[in-house]
Amino acid sequence: MSERNGPAARGAIAGGPQQSESLLDDLYKDIILDHYRNPRNRGSLGAARTCFAEGANPLCGDQITIEVTLDGDRIEQVQFDGQGCSISQASASMMTDYVKGKTVEEARGAAGAFQRMMTSGEPPEEDLGDIEALSGVAKFPVRVKCASLSWKTLEQALLARGAEAQATVTTDERSAR
Amino acid sequence: MNQSNGPRPFDVEAIRRDFPILKREVRPGVPLVYLDNAATSQKPVQVLAEITRFYRDHNANIHRGVHTLSMEATELYENARQTVATFINAPDPRGIVFTRNVTESINLVAHGWARKYLHEGDEVVLTEIEHHSNIVPWQILRDERGIVLKFIPMLPDGTLDLDYARTAIGPRTKLVSVTAMSNALGTIVPVADIVAMAKEHGAKVLVDAAQQVPHMPSDVQALGCDFFAFTGHKMLAPFGIGVLWAPVELLDAMGPFLGGGDMILTVTLEQSTWNEVPHKFEAGTPNVGGVVALAAAVDYLSSLGMEAVRAHERELVDYALRRLGDVPGVTIFGPPDADQRGGVVSFDLEGVHPHDVGQVLDSRGVAVRTGHHCAQPVMAALNVPATARASFYIYNTTDEVDALVAAVEETSRYFGGVSV
Repeated sequence: MSERNGPAARGAIAGGPQQSESLLDDLYKDIILDHYRNPRNRGSLGAARTCFAEGANPLCGDQITIEVTLDGDRIEQVQFDGQGCSISQASASMMTDYVKGKTVEEARGAAGAFQRMMTSGEPPEEDLGDIEALSGVAKFPVRVKCASLSWKTLEQALLARGAEAQATVTTDERSAR
Repeated sequence: MNQSNGPRPFDVEAIRRDFPILKREVRPGVPLVYLDNAATSQKPVQVLAEITRFYRDHNANIHRGVHTLSMEATELYENARQTVATFINAPDPRGIVFTRNVTESINLVAHGWARKYLHEGDEVVLTEIEHHSNIVPWQILRDERGIVLKFIPMLPDGTLDLDYARTAIGPRTKLVSVTAMSNALGTIVPVADIVAMAKEHGAKVLVDAAQQVPHMPSDVQALGCDFFAFTGHKMLAPFGIGVLWAPVELLDAMGPFLGGGDMILTVTLEQSTWNEVPHKFEAGTPNVGGVVALAAAVDYLSSLGMEAVRAHERELVDYALRRLGDVPGVTIFGPPDADQRGGVVSFDLEGVHPHDVGQVLDSRGVAVRTGHHCAQPVMAALNVPATARASFYIYNTTDEVDALVAAVEETSRYFGGVSV
């Protein structure tokens, strides 16, 4: 990971129409770019994982693996790995930060609240912390799938509970040449 | 149809005036820079007017009824067949089958020809740079019939391994199905060489010309291929109108594709007999307005001259390769030489996912395609999940290439040179 420029470089886009800039900044909030540049909980739990799932948006090339160590009903550890756009990777990083230490039920509740935020664009009914920064994604329908991938994959991992599961989340991209 | 009396001068500013959409802004103050022509082209007023004229003045179903409108519509439809045939130098308009798109054209060959003539162990040779539409129909047939698929690999520069092709195409080869130009990379394929290899072994050749016909001269007789597929919406015509060309004798010898109205001669409750070609393959009410509009699009392109179209795009791609290639962090995929490349530039910006590139470019009005371009094997061979792709057409300018380059530089700054 290298940072040739800091977040201040975002000012470089200035000089263009103000509206485009703010539209873009709605999507790429600083906290999102920070999670993208410095992902939390990235890697593998190895043998310590008790369940995991793989998710992919085959049409855009986003891939994610979520591994979870459950202690009874509690998410003791959670890690993600994968590749994809800033939104998919930042969302995974924020999601893992949020659900660590929560119960399976709480994590599922958060996943539901996240999905509703993606649909409505409104702040979530439950306090999701930094994750609220992703509410701007709702204005970009084609990117909702990017933001949702890690949450859907987490839900699959929790359903799997020890068995291997594969979640495939598709996008809206059409097969035009 | 407005047949041209000779090429009009290739004047980009005059051409742009024919495309009202190019004047729009994607958001207030942000003019559109449309560089997604490999996905679909914009439509000139001449084509839009022809669509309106057809539905306003001549609309009726074709090949039925003796009334005036039906006869006019039928005449427009069949004249369009001749216009399209002339455009690709097909010797007989009956060799032109109207379909929905290239996907349908290829599936027509897979059903009507391959299912009749291919048997277990027969080989179909494809390439690694095909669009999914020229892979999936053959995989389905492989699973159904036990045919063998072989793929001519892509070399690191995006061209095909023709040495491999020479060994892969052999006595068991019954069909070589190959794109004339890669939609993902812009590679211009030496189809004539591949046709020669196939003909040595008596194999048929299908050419996916979706990215050729809109952009350069096409001559099916000079090429010597057996099937030639292209689509209207990439060449100024509306969506939903495609073409399959094949020699009349070959079409005659094929089984039917879709069954239904217009493709039959007689129907009893026991059996049916097929109509003559090309109607045998045009079951149901066709896209008459689309066909008429396709002829108007062909007239427009003919008035410019396809040599001039190619020269313009070659100049643009040459300029784009140089300008974009100078941007730090940009990797350009595909042939480095503009002579081997159509008007397509597929690229990666280090540390920024193509979707993010596309998003920032859009904020500057620059429309490019991001993703795998329906060519996942190409992405796999390049070892990238996706690319950003700019593609040019008759109305694009070097100023627009400059706008692309500026937007890519801004993307790089916006993401602060992130390397993940």
